[in-house]
Amino acid sequence: MSDETKGTFTSDPAGTAAKPVKKLSRRTLLKGAAAVAGAAAGSDAIRGFPTIWAQEIKDIELRHVGVSYSVVKAIGDQAAKDLGFKVTMQNLDTSAAINRFISQPNTVDIADLEGWQAKLAAKRSVIQGIEVKKIKEFDNILPIFTKGEIDGHKIPRQGISPYEAMYIAKPDATDLNDGVTEWATFLPQVYNADSIGYRPDLVGHEVTEWKDLIDPKFKGKAAILDVPAIGIMDAALCFESAGLIKYGNKGNMTKEEIDFTCNKLIELKKEGQFRATWTTFDQSVQLMAAGEVVIQSMWSPAVAAVRVKEIPCVYAPVNVKNGKEGYRGWCNGMGLMKHLSGKKLDAAYEYLNWYLSGWQGGFVARYGYYSPVPSTAKKFLTPAEWAFWYEGQPAPEVVNDPYGVPMEKAGTKRDGGSFLDRVKNISCWNTLMDEAAYMNKRWNDFKVA
Amino acid sequence: MQPSPSPQLGSSRSNLAGWLYVSPLVLVLVPFFVAPILVVLTASFFATDGFGGLTPGFTPASYIEVLHSALTLKLYLATIKFTVLTWIFTLIIGFFVAYFLVFHVRNQLLAIGLFLLCTVPFWTSNIIRMISWIPLLGKEGLINQALLAMGVIHQPLEILLFSDLAVVIAYVHQLTIFMIVPIFNSMARIDKKLIEAAIDAGASRFDIMRLIVVPMSKSGIALGTIFVVSIVMGDFFVVKVMSGGGSASVVSAFYEDVGVLQYPTAAASAVLLTLVLVAIVSLILRTVDIRQEITQ
Repeated sequence: MSDETKGTFTSDPAGTAAKPVKKLSRRTLLKGAAAVAGAAAGSDAIRGFPTIWAQEIKDIELRHVGVSYSVVKAIGDQAAKDLGFKVTMQNLDTSAAINRFISQPNTVDIADLEGWQAKLAAKRSVIQGIEVKKIKEFDNILPIFTKGEIDGHKIPRQGISPYEAMYIAKPDATDLNDGVTEWATFLPQVYNADSIGYRPDLVGHEVTEWKDLIDPKFKGKAAILDVPAIGIMDAALCFESAGLIKYGNKGNMTKEEIDFTCNKLIELKKEGQFRATWTTFDQSVQLMAAGEVVIQSMWSPAVAAVRVKEIPCVYAPVNVKNGKEGYRGWCNGMGLMKHLSGKKLDAAYEYLNWYLSGWQGGFVARYGYYSPVPSTAKKFLTPAEWAFWYEGQPAPEVVNDPYGVPMEKAGTKRDGGSFLDRVKNISCWNTLMDEAAYMNKRWNDFKVA
Repeated sequence: MQPSPSPQLGSSRSNLAGWLYVSPLVLVLVPFFVAPILVVLTASFFATDGFGGLTPGFTPASYIEVLHSALTLKLYLATIKFTVLTWIFTLIIGFFVAYFLVFHVRNQLLAIGLFLLCTVPFWTSNIIRMISWIPLLGKEGLINQALLAMGVIHQPLEILLFSDLAVVIAYVHQLTIFMIVPIFNSMARIDKKLIEAAIDAGASRFDIMRLIVVPMSKSGIALGTIFVVSIVMGDFFVVKVMSGGGSASVVSAFYEDVGVLQYPTAAASAVLLTLVLVAIVSLILRTVDIRQEITQ
């Protein structure tokens, strides 16, 4: 998941006048939920500052910069309210974001990084290591991130997995460390497993394999993501699924593999397979909702946004089979910029701790993303929401989106099943290949063909 | 375009005045154009470690790579195709709109009113103007629905949207005003008596157009052409959205280079494009002495 030029789903699917009212009830509900959950954990992280500190921090402003699906204004507003200092959320697309982190590091306080961006940011020395001891919930972060495994299942490392990008040996190290240390490059905050969205009414059968995207049956009705670094991985998943090639590492292809993949894409384009390619969230929603395409690589909230328009759309469960298929995983985390120090650094740590304390986890769950600390997110979700989003059970009642608009009817099940079913079937992660420059050139050949 | 004062103006006093006249433009151009382009020029000769790190130096490697790539040629062909098509349509539409406003609308107030009306679409953002074509041109869009309902076609026309046609439509919609304004401006200065005299002397409408109106609007046409050509060649967003990602342009390609932190090649492509544009603009300026025509 990546580029978004201007679309944000925060404003998109829910364009109703009833919003403020619903929002109010959502807040009351949250308060209730927090109260029921007890004063146990979350609350001391949220309001535990001595008054003097509260006086000193109120002039602090943290600038959290990143892509719109990860850096969300509503979350920043809530953080500011709970923490007592100012939080400004700024959105850029993926490439603008990494360029800004690298070329103007002092204009950013918290960088929202994908795994591969964390690797680059460390290499360029624009971030400082996060002292994991200072992160209260660190031990509750899923081992997917901290140890590279879950439930005894090893998380694949095609592409750059979050675990791989997570550690550095010293706070100012520039190279990643293979294995757990006391210093993290970034603190995972939101992630998901991406696959294909399709119109079940028009496709006519259940889609569980990537190769359906390149099936000639859907000629002129398919679309693919046009962010080279990850679009090529979606294409690779398709070609592998169709048995055309077996990649050594989809996340780090050789020049020959890049050539094969791009030539095949050019061939498909000339045959008229692709109706379009898309770069922003809104474009993908529109392509599907306007009937331009019936199958395309897609992001989870985009599928939800199509469904809110009462147009049937399914997010294909592409579970790993015979070493093929699988989801393309992505994860965004927060990095501390190097220039942070003193009170501002303390505030930044408070902010990171707030992020993992549950409110944000509950918020992103309602559009289908996951929190690295589900145990805290659970406190901010109703039992029905938890059952639907995390456990993959039929929704016991109507499920609302983060802004309170009804999204799923009672009885529907999340596509792909439970949290574990989905993340265990991630087969590769968003990345920047070693041959990125070459790949980019060949991708442009595809575009201009 | 080239505001430098004529050297043969004589006394140092008028020379000073000349420099004072251009100083506002110089104050804008130096920090916002000359300085950035020098930075880009410098970066284009640096080497990179592939992770966004630049090594100062002087290597033509990026230029060699850009100039040796068949992709560069394809990108230029695609961009020039869009430029030429857009130029032709904006010129035809812009010329006749200006002609109508100047010669057929008798009431000057009405002419100015209609002229301002042409700018109404520009009250909203570029992006909205572009995106609003999608519900009109789409597979389930208004045009396809109307044609289907009338029985003219049986399958929705796919070529209307996410195609080169759609790109050109969006450009023409966005850029015609840049033709109308300068052409209107130069036509408005044509002395109407000249045309009356031509009619009296027995010239046909076509002759008037060919021998009077077109030659005397040349400066406006040249200015409009410069605007349209440089905007289309420097754009990538319209291509990206309206072609549905199905096409690329010179700028979109190096924008993506920046996305993967390949700064030197992106800079080299940018310098190359600047040179190409400078060449095109100077060719246009050779056909017409804009300074003379404007100060006339």
